[in-house]
Amino acid sequence: MDKAQKDLHARYQQMVKEATPQPNRWRNTVMAFITGGAICTIGQLLYNLFETIEPSRLETTAVTQAAMIALGAIATGLGFYDWLAERGGMGAAIPVTGFSNTVTAAAMEFKREGYILGMGAKMFVIAGPVLVYGILSGFVVSLLRAVLTGSLF
Amino acid sequence: MDYLTAFLAGGAICALAQIIYDNTKLTPAHILVGFTVAGAVLGGFGVYQRFAEFAGAGAIIPVSGFGNSIVMGMLSELERLGWEGLFTGAFEITGLGVTTAIVFGALMAVLFRPKD
Repeated sequence: MDKAQKDLHARYQQMVKEATPQPNRWRNTVMAFITGGAICTIGQLLYNLFETIEPSRLETTAVTQAAMIALGAIATGLGFYDWLAERGGMGAAIPVTGFSNTVTAAAMEFKREGYILGMGAKMFVIAGPVLVYGILSGFVVSLLRAVLTGSLF
Repeated sequence: MDYLTAFLAGGAICALAQIIYDNTKLTPAHILVGFTVAGAVLGGFGVYQRFAEFAGAGAIIPVSGFGNSIVMGMLSELERLGWEGLFTGAFEITGLGVTTAIVFGALMAVLFRPKD
């Protein structure tokens, strides 16, 4: 490359850099905070409600998570969750409602490829890895804890 | 008061995820997996439950709380059954949510079409 070519190349790189849209990080973070916080506040409302009828803390947790998953699925079906995810980013993705959104969105999307090999096979295309690695890592730490405390048998 | 702590704790977890997302090349799927694993590991060491004690739904509702529920199920079944609990426990608490996701996901797919 001679000098003129190099200059041209550098100028081109500069133009690419300027033209690439920069994510507004500060705004994204604030929006994620508000969206995620709001979803967890709804979760707290349900938790306080279920606490009065469920016998134990684990069961209250299970029912609260499941209720939020049901709400996430319904909001996805109605098209509201897409709207929320566009604005809230990770604030919509990280709560269990977002986990539920990936399941419902995949089910809706892949239904056109058939109920067995489309919807059935691809429903957990994103939620699957979450379960697989959640269980694998959970298994390892639980095993470790069981060995250390001698509660394996 | 518990609504405020849930809002702040849940918001903080989501803001952390957003910062990771904006500053790395990770996809949302990677981040979901990462937070679930983090919740499971912290749960195994008993740290996550202490966080959940004051954060309430702010700790339970993010996927890290889902990961923690996987471990809580394993540990409570371990206590009840012994080693078999490590294998039956994963869905002890989360099974309710996973089945809900399947039932409602399928129902929504039958009822609605995706918007383009």
